[in-house]
Amino acid sequence: MLDYPTLKIIWWLLVGVLLVGFAIMDGHDMGVGTLLPFVGKSDVERRVVINTVGPHWDGNQVWFITGGGAIFAAWPLVYATAFSGFYWAMLAVLWALFFRPVGFDYRSKIHNATWRSTWDWGLFIGGAVPPLIFGVAFGNLLQGVPFQFDAYLVSTYSGSFWQLLNPFALLAGVVSSAMITMHGGAYLAHRTEGVIQARAVKGAVGAALVMVLAFVAAGGWLQSIEGYRISSAIDPAALSDPMAKTVVREAGAWMANYSRQPLLWLLPALGVLGALSAAGLLLARRTLTAFVASALALLGVIGTAGASMFPFIMPSSSMPAASLTVWDSVSSHLTLGIMFWATLIFMPLIVLYTGWAYRVMRGKVTAAYIQENEHGAY
Amino acid sequence: MISEQLVDLSRLQFAATAMYHFLFVPLTIGMVWLLVIMESVYVMTGNVIWKDMTRFWGKLFGINFALGVTTGITLEFQFGTNWAYYSHYVGDIFGAPLAIEGLMAFFLESTFIGLFFFGWDRLSRTQHLMVTLLMAVGTNLSALWILIANGWMQNPVGAEFNYQTMRMEMTDFWAVVFNPDAQAKFVHTVSAGYVTGAMFVLSISSWYLLKRRDVEFAKRSFRVAAAFGLASVLSVIVLGDESGYTVGEAQQTKMAALEAMWETKPAPAGLTLVAGINEAAQKNDWEVEIPWVMGLIGTRSISKQIPGIHDIKAKNRGRILRGIVAVNALEALRANREDTVAKKVFEQHKTDLGFGLLLKKYVTDVNQATPEIIDRAVNATVPRVTPMFWAFRIMVGLGFAMLALFALAFWSTVKTACTQKPWLLKWALWMLPAPWLACELGWFVAEYGRQPWTIYGVLPTHMSVSTLSVNSLYGSLAGFIGFYTVLLIVEMYLMVKFARIGPGSLGTGRYEHEAAHTTPAKA
Repeated sequence: MLDYPTLKIIWWLLVGVLLVGFAIMDGHDMGVGTLLPFVGKSDVERRVVINTVGPHWDGNQVWFITGGGAIFAAWPLVYATAFSGFYWAMLAVLWALFFRPVGFDYRSKIHNATWRSTWDWGLFIGGAVPPLIFGVAFGNLLQGVPFQFDAYLVSTYSGSFWQLLNPFALLAGVVSSAMITMHGGAYLAHRTEGVIQARAVKGAVGAALVMVLAFVAAGGWLQSIEGYRISSAIDPAALSDPMAKTVVREAGAWMANYSRQPLLWLLPALGVLGALSAAGLLLARRTLTAFVASALALLGVIGTAGASMFPFIMPSSSMPAASLTVWDSVSSHLTLGIMFWATLIFMPLIVLYTGWAYRVMRGKVTAAYIQENEHGAY
Repeated sequence: MISEQLVDLSRLQFAATAMYHFLFVPLTIGMVWLLVIMESVYVMTGNVIWKDMTRFWGKLFGINFALGVTTGITLEFQFGTNWAYYSHYVGDIFGAPLAIEGLMAFFLESTFIGLFFFGWDRLSRTQHLMVTLLMAVGTNLSALWILIANGWMQNPVGAEFNYQTMRMEMTDFWAVVFNPDAQAKFVHTVSAGYVTGAMFVLSISSWYLLKRRDVEFAKRSFRVAAAFGLASVLSVIVLGDESGYTVGEAQQTKMAALEAMWETKPAPAGLTLVAGINEAAQKNDWEVEIPWVMGLIGTRSISKQIPGIHDIKAKNRGRILRGIVAVNALEALRANREDTVAKKVFEQHKTDLGFGLLLKKYVTDVNQATPEIIDRAVNATVPRVTPMFWAFRIMVGLGFAMLALFALAFWSTVKTACTQKPWLLKWALWMLPAPWLACELGWFVAEYGRQPWTIYGVLPTHMSVSTLSVNSLYGSLAGFIGFYTVLLIVEMYLMVKFARIGPGSLGTGRYEHEAAHTTPAKA
């Protein structure tokens, strides 16, 4: 069996993989939802857009569910503290997601313009709200969140919902929204043709540029934000106890990992170059390569946030010692081991059959397809 | 101290969202196998009516599935949002089956459901059947892992408390997986789902037959549902009894409450059919009893005793008193991890820690608990008897009524006379809500029956909640009720609409009522 410190690191990487997987897979159909009202002008056009993700959105959404489950299993204290602290933000995500399963499945079952347009906006909310909130949440994690523990490790969040909507966090929200819109646009460009494809390219290229600007601006801003540093000795093999350490806040602490390990600069570089290449490739109609470049940009952006904060997961601004880190907010050695093997076995299988599902459904979705499948298609 | 109002609202929200979710789950679990059966017949015979059956019932399945997914999202995250201390305290064990459910089952189900609906023209017949089968396997594996998690709440095996991390930690993964409580629960719950799926198809087919529409389609559907339903309802009843006799104190307490057994009776105990329960005096004013039966069901022997409520409470009083010692030792250890005296005392008493924590509902410092408070805590270790007693009896009654219906329906299809018995068809139609009612009552018995615990004997419900404001709870509860009411109305509208149109909604030209659905989409 792997030793405890190694498993703690592996789980930080695995949660990262799940987050990036979620952004790439569920992200592209959320991006499609965000673009839906704008790239589809008529009912048939909108049905084309919806049916590019019709067979896949459900499987993709499981990245979100499994991500939640994996954080529960591997980082229970993070699952507990983050989701109860960000209560209203989390509910907004869940309620926005409500619109998707019903929106996809129910929209085209009734021939009524108001009915269909209502669900189209529902799908827009379900696609646009979650990435925005996830970005805002990351923006807050980078600044620290006001929560504390008592002797029983009961966590209390002492901030408010409105406090989450501070300028830096909103900028992080723009990065996240733009990146998911770019990704959805790239996917849509690959699966459609003609006027819808042209509109999707336009949306994706615009989003890519916004993302690059906002991402670089956030990076600059990060220099002056107070980061967090563990000031006591770290024992990576210790049992999980978040109150056993001391933590200091200092400006520029989030850049420390980059000066220690300059190779990490590849991550933000990947974010910027991935997005710019995706934009260029889309203009050249190299849609599949553009989608891959966009996926790499997602990896770069999410990786940048993770690498800046490591080993912190959720720093506490009101009780810095209570900050949750990779070392002291994790499950037991046994549970991390079991979950590692479970992930190692099932993740490749998931990638394999998801790939097969996309292969079966490959090709452009067209207006003719919708007319032929009047009763079967979404 | 955590306000009682916060605890009550958190419980209400969980109960409402979980019971609402379970309106859609059993139908999914059951119907998916009916789709496998119908499609198998299509692949074997090549008769296109079986493909149409798979597609039409699949359409209704999809309408239901959409809400199952929607409401399931809430539950995966509600432990974190509203039960934060629970999530911390038992996440090391409870989180694992939830995550494995996602990895092993939910991905499978959700990926293949897309191909089930959209892959008809792109896959060979056998390939498509495999897709349907994998979707069914995923659905049922999903139920397995969720019920392993829930089974652990009833019977927390394979785990131990660690004072350094201040939580329960897994010691034996396979003990958690093969928890007898979880296994019995799985079989009982999925069988109940199969009954629900069968009842749905049987009822709607009966309606077509009563209206003499799409008779060939409806007759075949009726037959499949009757056979599948009969096998399933037998399994629910026989294997439901199985969840009664499994070991564990949670189940014993539940059994005593749902049988209104105040006193430990000499073995083998009789089964109380009905009783006049006097909750205040803690006795039954009158009861109708069948001798021996309860003892046989509950212990599978004629000599083992089933403990009554008074004896359970007396035992729990001792555990609460020892629990006070455990809580004190734990608090000393939390202040000083090296306190060897406290450590020794704690190790001796830690199995009763949960019982000591029960007092935290009434006092912050357990040493301040007066005899009167201890009495209240002892009394609260057994749930109220009246709701348990009657919920259980209505559930069982519905089970037997469905057994009679499926037996008759099956008999009539063997005699190929199902279309000639309008009274049977009407009965089948009116029984449509029965499996849902039985499922919800079953969950009520399981979850209310475990109170005052979230994890039996380990973590009291009142300690499990997130430290949110009462206003947040009012707000979120109102939001959930609003969303779920609108969604239910929309879902029922579509379900009724498509059930009324019938197989004509496929637009194949082979069925009645085609016109109702062939308005072309506006470009």
